[in-house]
Amino acid sequence: MSFDDAYQALTDHDDDARWAYGTGFADPLAGVPTELPEGVDAADLAAYCLMLGDDALILSHRLQQWVTRAPELEDEMAIANIALDLLGQARLLLTRAGEAEGAGRGEDDLAYLREAAEFRHVRLVERQDEHFGHLIARLLVFSVWRLALLDRLSASRDPVLAAIGAKGVKEVAYHREYAAGWAVRLGDGTPLSHERMQAGLDAVWPLIGELFEPHEVEQRLPGVAIDRASLRSEFDAVIAQVLEAATLDRPTSAPSSERGHGPELAEILAEMQGLARATPGGVW
Amino acid sequence: MSEQVFEATIAKDQRIEPRDWMPDGYRKTMIRQIAQHAHSEIIGMQPEGAWITRAPSLRRKAILLAKVQDEAGHGLYLYSAAETLGADRGDLTRRLIEGRQKYSSIFNYPTLTFADVGVIGWLVDGAAICNQVPLCRSSFGPYARAMIRICKEESFHQRQGYELLMTMMRGTPAQREMVQDAVNRWWWPSLMMFGPPDGESPNTAQSMAWKIKRHTNDELRQRFVDMSVPQAEALGVTLPDADLRWNAEREHYDFGEIDWSELKRVISGDGPMNAERIANRRRADEEGAWVREAAAAHAAKKQEVPA
Repeated sequence: MSFDDAYQALTDHDDDARWAYGTGFADPLAGVPTELPEGVDAADLAAYCLMLGDDALILSHRLQQWVTRAPELEDEMAIANIALDLLGQARLLLTRAGEAEGAGRGEDDLAYLREAAEFRHVRLVERQDEHFGHLIARLLVFSVWRLALLDRLSASRDPVLAAIGAKGVKEVAYHREYAAGWAVRLGDGTPLSHERMQAGLDAVWPLIGELFEPHEVEQRLPGVAIDRASLRSEFDAVIAQVLEAATLDRPTSAPSSERGHGPELAEILAEMQGLARATPGGVW
Repeated sequence: MSEQVFEATIAKDQRIEPRDWMPDGYRKTMIRQIAQHAHSEIIGMQPEGAWITRAPSLRRKAILLAKVQDEAGHGLYLYSAAETLGADRGDLTRRLIEGRQKYSSIFNYPTLTFADVGVIGWLVDGAAICNQVPLCRSSFGPYARAMIRICKEESFHQRQGYELLMTMMRGTPAQREMVQDAVNRWWWPSLMMFGPPDGESPNTAQSMAWKIKRHTNDELRQRFVDMSVPQAEALGVTLPDADLRWNAEREHYDFGEIDWSELKRVISGDGPMNAERIANRRRADEEGAWVREAAAAHAAKKQEVPA
């Protein structure tokens, strides 16, 4: 393509979709075998994919809200990048959920047309960040947990979940490194940054109980889903290492294992789903 | 290096590099040109960024998020190019939020519907490409090289925007109306992106002599109109200009008179969104100050204690 013709070339061909590449695959799961593994209940697999997919979708939304608000341009790029990675994970997982369910629902039906009560994410991802210390605290806790989870998921009996796990490990390893790096800089920075980083950690800590509380859907999917309780020791070890380098205290509040959604989910969904729902029959 | 070497380098169409001798006026003009471009990328994240959380499909959300991230990357890249001339990113940002340096006036218009995302890609990024492609041959090396990469990404964004509009035009009547409405609102401001008419563009002659500008504002504007008309036809939208018609004698499209008083108003700070754009940038800068201070404090501590 010649530079001088870049603009002219717009109408030179009729295959516009190729310019949105990396986004609209005819086969969204990229050729990974999609038949269900033996003995797996399709509804349980769909529910499990939604659990992992909704975690990524809702946290991505919270990170998208930071775009144009980051403290420095490098962080603008990093946060958008992490939000994109999580959105990508959500798209694959929602697609797999729709496929397992077998009712013809695709990623957009699941993202845009479900009601709040049908979302299956952990409460940790819903919370609104008050400042950058909250963003980093939540991202640290979430990515330490999710990296441990995806790492084990890459050995799942379900070939699609295994592939999503293997791809996600590379992404979330960076998310964890980014969050840990800022936790150390803020924790061991100025007195104000130390205070705010500790406040961020204290704010998210009550929500981590749910991350390790065994879930009935997981228990019905042995070899396919990951037992959350098994992630605890890796989580504790990594967090302890980061907190020490960051001169931060491990919060003392008792983690709650309560599930369910708060009032913030309604706001998130109103923002995320509003336009799609207001345009019935619309094609995008 | 001396003035003769500088002049000879320009005459031979070769590049001036950061450590070469250059006239003060050239340095100042380049810093201003690059900084304004960087500011435009960063402020330009806002109108479209506002639609990321509301994008109506996950595919469009991913496309838009990646695009806005690219703009942050362009800004970062350009501020770095300005720094090769002795400018400082923090100082340039202060000049932006204090209103002492400008950014493209196009970003002072609101994005009212999701069709605006597509039209910004098609027309605004398209006009930017028309302006920027010749700058890949700017006499200042770091800027010219930055523009090559930026133009490639801008072309990509433009095609994505056009593809969104094509898709929406195949949708419901309400979607087609949305596209036409967005075209009506963005067409004239896009033409203004090329700047004042040649007769009122005082710096053009010097900039062309220094080869940091390769075509006049009116030349580029005509080129943009000529390329856009067939694209509008392919899309099935009308451009809001009753005087727009092919002139066989000139072999160009004639178009109506631009409302220059509007451009002056928007450039001087009185556009629909000027105050909000700057306020948002200022808020991000102020709210991030404690984070940047923490990073600096931490880095200083690490230097004190040798590893």
